[in-house]
Amino acid sequence: MATVAQPQGAATASAPKATSVRRKFSWTPYLFILPHLLMFAVFVGWPFINGLIISFQQYDILRPEANKFIGLDNYTSFFDPNNLHFRTFWNALINTVQFVLYSVPPLVIIALLLAVMLNSKVPGVNLFRGIYFAPWVLSVAVIGILWWWIFQSQGGMINYYLGNLGFTPPRWLSSLPWAWIAITIATVWWTVGFNMIILLAALQDIPDQLYEAASIDGATGWQAFTRVTLPMLRPVLAFVVTITIIASFNLFGQPFFMTGGNPPAPGGGGGTEPIMYRIYITGFTGSADQGRASSMAIMVAIMMIVLSYVNFRLFRERK
Amino acid sequence: MATVAGDSTSTTRVQTETKLADPNRWWHVLERVLLYVILILVALIFLIPLFWLLSTSLKPAAQLFTPQIEWIPRTFTLENYTKLFGSPQTPIARWFFNSLAIATMSTLLILAVDALAAYAYARMDFRGRNTIFAIMLLTLFVPGFMFIIPNFLTINALHLINNWAGVILPGLAGVFGVFFLRQFFEGLPRELEEAAMIDGANRLQVFYKVVLPLSRPALATLAVITFLASWNDFLWPLLILKDRNLQTLPPGLRTLQSAYTSEYGLIMAGAVVVAIPVLILYMMLQRYIVQSIASTGLKG
Repeated sequence: MATVAQPQGAATASAPKATSVRRKFSWTPYLFILPHLLMFAVFVGWPFINGLIISFQQYDILRPEANKFIGLDNYTSFFDPNNLHFRTFWNALINTVQFVLYSVPPLVIIALLLAVMLNSKVPGVNLFRGIYFAPWVLSVAVIGILWWWIFQSQGGMINYYLGNLGFTPPRWLSSLPWAWIAITIATVWWTVGFNMIILLAALQDIPDQLYEAASIDGATGWQAFTRVTLPMLRPVLAFVVTITIIASFNLFGQPFFMTGGNPPAPGGGGGTEPIMYRIYITGFTGSADQGRASSMAIMVAIMMIVLSYVNFRLFRERK
Repeated sequence: MATVAGDSTSTTRVQTETKLADPNRWWHVLERVLLYVILILVALIFLIPLFWLLSTSLKPAAQLFTPQIEWIPRTFTLENYTKLFGSPQTPIARWFFNSLAIATMSTLLILAVDALAAYAYARMDFRGRNTIFAIMLLTLFVPGFMFIIPNFLTINALHLINNWAGVILPGLAGVFGVFFLRQFFEGLPRELEEAAMIDGANRLQVFYKVVLPLSRPALATLAVITFLASWNDFLWPLLILKDRNLQTLPPGLRTLQSAYTSEYGLIMAGAVVVAIPVLILYMMLQRYIVQSIASTGLKG
């Protein structure tokens, strides 16, 4: 919410000043914004409408002669247990929610721990900060390929050590829940640095006087953390939790490279197939149907917007 | 200023503490040693997988499945790289060039388009400004996958499948750069621009000769972030560029993965080729990138 309020506040604050010098109508501002606005209209505005329109159709760009308006059929198929798409849709959605539950706590808690460590004023901290953040600059393709290799049963780094320690190593990438654990580890390794950087910046913004006051009052380190640090971080934590949930909801590349969605789920679909993957399969592979894929995207988007809203309310009301 | 003051008070605090209670000093030393040990262990967690990636790419195929793990290749070889670059089935040199060209063009175009728009939103008053701006803000809350299917249909209708423009153009619609630059422009002193206007410069001249030179740090930051995002982009080029010779590196890695099933050395060599340029870029501009993430992340 804070993020919305800020730019709007800035806009209204500068508006009166600008109106006082307003002269006759001029095309100049419109020419300045035209290139961006045109692109925005074509690739953000229009798809918003077009996505809704085709979600009421059976639609395939390769067989345009078969395209037809089918009303709410795409949507109702997700609520009919006898329909194959009912099973694949909910399988993928439940997988995604599962991944959000697995990945968001470590992505926030580990990021916070790392940020607190890096916030101590000792020499060399910038070097460590640079190392922890480094994986974030890599493509999901590199990350996916790398961890696909690390978790291989034959020759993979992890199973070398598990075998040496006397464990029977699991088949990480083709059995559950191991495949999800592998995907979660790869994701945390890749993106925890991003959350860490944001939380570190917020920690550095907390005035030292607050800690001094706490220590004069006899607070221990832990008390200072729970009574000063956490309350001061609350708005930023809310922001980090929200963007992490959204990012985890968008999971695609990691299972695409690491598991290919496998192992197969009993009812249809894949055991590590998140909703983005299902949208991709539906819209772009086999007998593709972009209409159905679009209706999936819209259903999930509505759920995500509701979720973000609830999340913000929860964080605000705990104050 | 605030941080300088904070630093000095905290050091005096540490000094008084050590003077008052001498036994505490050992505790402080121990604490610091422990902190470094943890920091180094965590650093290893982040570095080892990258080292393993590089190490695998430099091993001959026969040494991949040894009974004991070999961190450093017994024999170093570049055969994975020579084979990779020599194969017409997986033209990785071509992909590298394509990635570089697309990322460069995307970055330049986004900077131009976003800077123009951001300047108007920051400094000019016009009918509809606040409405357009509010709509653009709202779209930040719409998840990205909503746009993939309909935008693919648009690109198809424009006959831009298998065309670099199909990859580049949708990126120009992003609103992040506009918000980012607008915020920066608003912080610039108005006096310089007003002086130039009095001297008879028109808006475009003011923008080009006064505002842009003052905005180099912000433009550079946006350029780096945009270049990284474009270089790393995977799903969109995978969908748009079907022709192997037009493809970029990240979808190319997928092609390698299916072409060389378990020749891990070769595939990892491909991943190294994708990773090295951004890692070098990151090492050179590390503080810069980190700081921009910290500030833009906080501001949203």
